Amino acid sequence: MNIAVCLKQTFDTEAKISLNSSGKIDDANVTRCINPYDEYAVEAGLKLKEKFGGEVTIVSVGGEKTPESMRTALAMGADKGILIKDPVLEQADEWVVAEVLAKAISQIPYDIILSGRIAVDDQSAQVAIRVAEALGLPSVSTVLALEVEENKAVATREIDGGTEVIEVPLPAVFTAQKGLNEPRYPNMMGIMKAKNKELKVLSLNDLGFAEAPARKSGEAVYSLPGARKAGIKIQGEPADSVRELVRLLSEEAKVI
Amino acid sequence: MNFDLTEDHVMMRKMVRDFAEAEVQPGAEERDEHEEFPAELWKKCGQLGLAGITFPEEYGGVGADYLSYGITIEELSRVDASLGVTVSAHSSLCANPIYLFGTEEQKKKYLIPLATGEKLGALGLTESMAGSDSKGTRTTAVREGDEYVINGSKLFITNGYYADTYVITAQMDKSKGTRGIAAFIIEKGMPGFTFGKKEKKMGIRSSSTYELVFENLRIPAENLLGQEGQGFKIAMVTLDYGRIGIASQALGIAQGAYEQALKYSKERVQFDKTLAEMEVIQFKLADMATEIEAARLLVYQACHMATNKRPVSKYAAMAKVYASEVANRVTTQAVQIFGGYGYTREYPVERMMRDAKITEIYEGTSEIQRIVIAANILKEV
Repeated sequence: MNIAVCLKQTFDTEAKISLNSSGKIDDANVTRCINPYDEYAVEAGLKLKEKFGGEVTIVSVGGEKTPESMRTALAMGADKGILIKDPVLEQADEWVVAEVLAKAISQIPYDIILSGRIAVDDQSAQVAIRVAEALGLPSVSTVLALEVEENKAVATREIDGGTEVIEVPLPAVFTAQKGLNEPRYPNMMGIMKAKNKELKVLSLNDLGFAEAPARKSGEAVYSLPGARKAGIKIQGEPADSVRELVRLLSEEAKVI
Repeated sequence: MNFDLTEDHVMMRKMVRDFAEAEVQPGAEERDEHEEFPAELWKKCGQLGLAGITFPEEYGGVGADYLSYGITIEELSRVDASLGVTVSAHSSLCANPIYLFGTEEQKKKYLIPLATGEKLGALGLTESMAGSDSKGTRTTAVREGDEYVINGSKLFITNGYYADTYVITAQMDKSKGTRGIAAFIIEKGMPGFTFGKKEKKMGIRSSSTYELVFENLRIPAENLLGQEGQGFKIAMVTLDYGRIGIASQALGIAQGAYEQALKYSKERVQFDKTLAEMEVIQFKLADMATEIEAARLLVYQACHMATNKRPVSKYAAMAKVYASEVANRVTTQAVQIFGGYGYTREYPVERMMRDAKITEIYEGTSEIQRIVIAANILKEV
């Protein structure tokens, strides 16, 4: 069973976000990590490989630093990586990234495509589902449990107020929700072996795009949230201060 | 000269730190309180490949360098110095002498299960009358046919009781002093090998420290490690490398305490200011950070020497004496920054200060380190 995992490198969730002089997110001194939801996808892929054999391929669209996160996935036990890196892709939107990933995946053998349900940075939750559409595959998102047989899979997905169980024929795309599994640590042996595993870096040209897919959405504009206003401290006798609190809640905050 | 870690080392640090913060830190206080040996965590360390980092793959190890080892012990000790020394004593003091001095058969039989973490190791060197001075070794070994008969006892043995495999030293010819000492590999459960009292310690309380007792312990002759009379040399070389582990442990303790103090000083408000806004605290933090960086450079340099098979004695001793004294100064200042809270067990700096002290004592006291350093530098001129 061959598995492709779409992996995005994101900022560490504790990273401080700042904008540079041209209004873009400044990524110079930020710690990066595998998008935590994609880590569940990697773990799910490795579990399937342990059960059925085959290969796990990590497929990413990214830049200079992306191989660090891909190597971590290789250290966890994935077999190879494909990074699509092209200056044009710095302007990519979800549609472009999905087209590129789909093209890369279509060139390798696969039975299952896995990814996180959402990336913690831009939180669009679109790419993996768009990949499924581009490849004409069924997809199940926000998966909490995944049972795979020869050529079908039964996925339990989270929905409002409960879960839904869906059976799909393979190949298919699944996006991982927190709770699907507990991702393993890469062990020392895995880390030592990771650097000798194949990590191909391809341009759009290498993938066979005659011209770069153009973004369909408008340019993103970023702004930082304004500074939080200081709170109000109500002082005085309890009876008076409670009356004042109620007045503020109803007249100023308008919550009661 | 390159001060950047390689991609491998960055990944290793992250892996060990993630493991340490998620699984080691949460129970550290509890284990310290109840002197509970981290048996489950040790097993996990084995699965993560932390039991045999520096040994070749053919002997069950990872085949990584000493910096990988140093970083591992540092990161474990940053949250729990007891687990740090458990792994360090296992690798440096038991697996390493077998790797360096063992026969092919001994390596196959003993090193492989140690390096994979299937078995835990310890070194029995210290005795009541032989601390810094190995001449006082009173445990005896006598050759009888195809066996050695060992009698005596060993004190303060890290990983004692929980370890499966022990490298021990014994005197074979008192008239030859340290040249009469031999080293042996023994196993838990051999008739005549029992455990004496468990030490109740000031710090590293969840690390196990026991007395080993030998009463007519008969071991096959093939369990002699190295040659008869080579035991003292084996012990000294073992300690040279072992000090890299303790230096890394001290560095990790200092780093952990410093981070706690830094965080607390940004939160704690007195006189309408955070502690971090006060110059008197800023100066403390600046000194702590500077000394830790200096210690780190010495420790990593000692790792570099060991990896490249260069003489490690002087560098390991320098790293150990400096890092252990930094750990003591930094943890003391960390407690000071926490004030009254720092003296209670509500915050981890109290444990860290108790844990730091031992790093100035075991695997050669600070005084012995200075003797080693002096002997090395005087030999150079």
